[in-house]
Amino acid sequence: MSNFGFTISKARIIDYDANDRSIAEYIAEHEPSFRVCIECGCCSATCTTGNFTRFSLRELQIFLKRGENELVRDNIGKCMLCGKCILVCPRGVNTRNVVTLAREAFNKKVKNAV
Amino acid sequence: MNKHIVVIGAGVAGMEAAGQLSNAGFNVSLVEKDENTGGHLNGWYKLFPDRRRSSEVKDYLDKLINKDGIKVISGTTIEKLVNINGIFSLETREGTEMTADAVVVATGFDLFKSSRKEEYGYGIYDNVITSSDLEEMFRKDKIVLVDGRVPENVGIVHCVGSRDEKVGNLYCSKLCCITAVKQAIEIRELLPETRVFCFYMDMRMGGAHYEEIYREAQEEWGINFIRGKVSEVSESIRKKLIIKAEDTLAGRPLKMELDMLVLMAGMEMSEGGRILAKSAGLETGENRFFASADNHFGSNISNIPGVFYAGTCTAPMNITETISHARATVSDVLNYFKNRS
Ligand code: SF4
Ligand code: SF4
Ligand code: SF4
Repeated sequence: MSNFGFTISKARIIDYDANDRSIAEYIAEHEPSFRVCIECGCCSATCTTGNFTRFSLRELQIFLKRGENELVRDNIGKCMLCGKCILVCPRGVNTRNVVTLAREAFNKKVKNAV
Repeated sequence: MNKHIVVIGAGVAGMEAAGQLSNAGFNVSLVEKDENTGGHLNGWYKLFPDRRRSSEVKDYLDKLINKDGIKVISGTTIEKLVNINGIFSLETREGTEMTADAVVVATGFDLFKSSRKEEYGYGIYDNVITSSDLEEMFRKDKIVLVDGRVPENVGIVHCVGSRDEKVGNLYCSKLCCITAVKQAIEIRELLPETRVFCFYMDMRMGGAHYEEIYREAQEEWGINFIRGKVSEVSESIRKKLIIKAEDTLAGRPLKMELDMLVLMAGMEMSEGGRILAKSAGLETGENRFFASADNHFGSNISNIPGVFYAGTCTAPMNITETISHARATVSDVLNYFKNRS
């Protein structure tokens, strides 16, 4: 293969095969509504935390599903568990429980999660 | 063949079914709850995909049912339907009765009542209107705010009352995405200085010519499409509407001041349909529309032999599909009588 003189940045690409999705699996098992999110962003639009800090519950959920756990681990503490997001979710995702379970999974170090 | 068929509902489906049944030789009574035939067609100005005037379709249907074999009975609501040895007895709210050898239910849909989505402020803020209110403005060739000014920034909210567990409607109404695109273009045609923003979760451009119109909206009319569900609407002291959404593709919360907000109201099983379903024992699905006997080859057939369905009383459909669906009823009705004789 010819050398183009650059490499694909490791930080950018989602390495789906290598990534660990056990946290997402743990959440889905205990809170099946986690599976039905359609990424509409209603939760994150209404979230007070998200309006002031780099925090989006929608984004965190998709990151977990892709096994990009570090980003989630570093931000999930920001949620105040106020539950505003549950009131607006068109898919009835129990968002607050998703956050609680994610925290739990990180604490338990589910499998080899970060 | 002197069989008598009662068609319930004189919207697009009912009129088409009545006309085609009459062409096939049946005696038809077409019963309509309103004073006029045409149903929702009367509330629309121009239709997608080609923006033909709805009155043209109405004229076609009027001609189709204007014949000796069809008796139009308007201002009459059928509330009861009983099968007595293969003959149907129908009772009206007004207290009259009629009989039929077969019945075609074409009770259509009701538009979702947008005030049920309180967070969008319909009925609370003056300049929050629905897609059907906007058609009314198009008909008058004039889009104005309540104070008479011309709106500079208009937002369009997709999926109002559809795909929303909070209002109990899990299904997609199928027509509101293309309606949003059509109306966005029409706003820009009338008001070239006005900016239009569509807030969508998915652009469902599944019909013939839809995707091309979507492209035209971007390319020729500069319509802005933002992927995110509007979470709430409030009003500033200057009477501007402030909306909140997440711009999910940018990954950031977004706030915007608008002059007018148009809600794309979804479709629900009509109230008339619900009353009839209950009294006659017609099965309905999870989406509350009438449940067809088979999804593939029995979409016009109900759980009661001799009762058939036409159009949007079974699911959201556009006018093209509604007309095809109504025509298909005729072959099921013919088979029904063939198998009985
Ligand atoms: S529960 Fe957490 S994510 Fe939801 S609105 Fe409150 S702070 Fe935001
Ligand atoms: S509101 Fe519900 S469906 Fe929408 S992004 Fe949030 S969790 Fe997902
Ligand atoms: S057609 Fe579009 S606007 Fe209507 S319910 Fe479906 S996705 Fe939402």
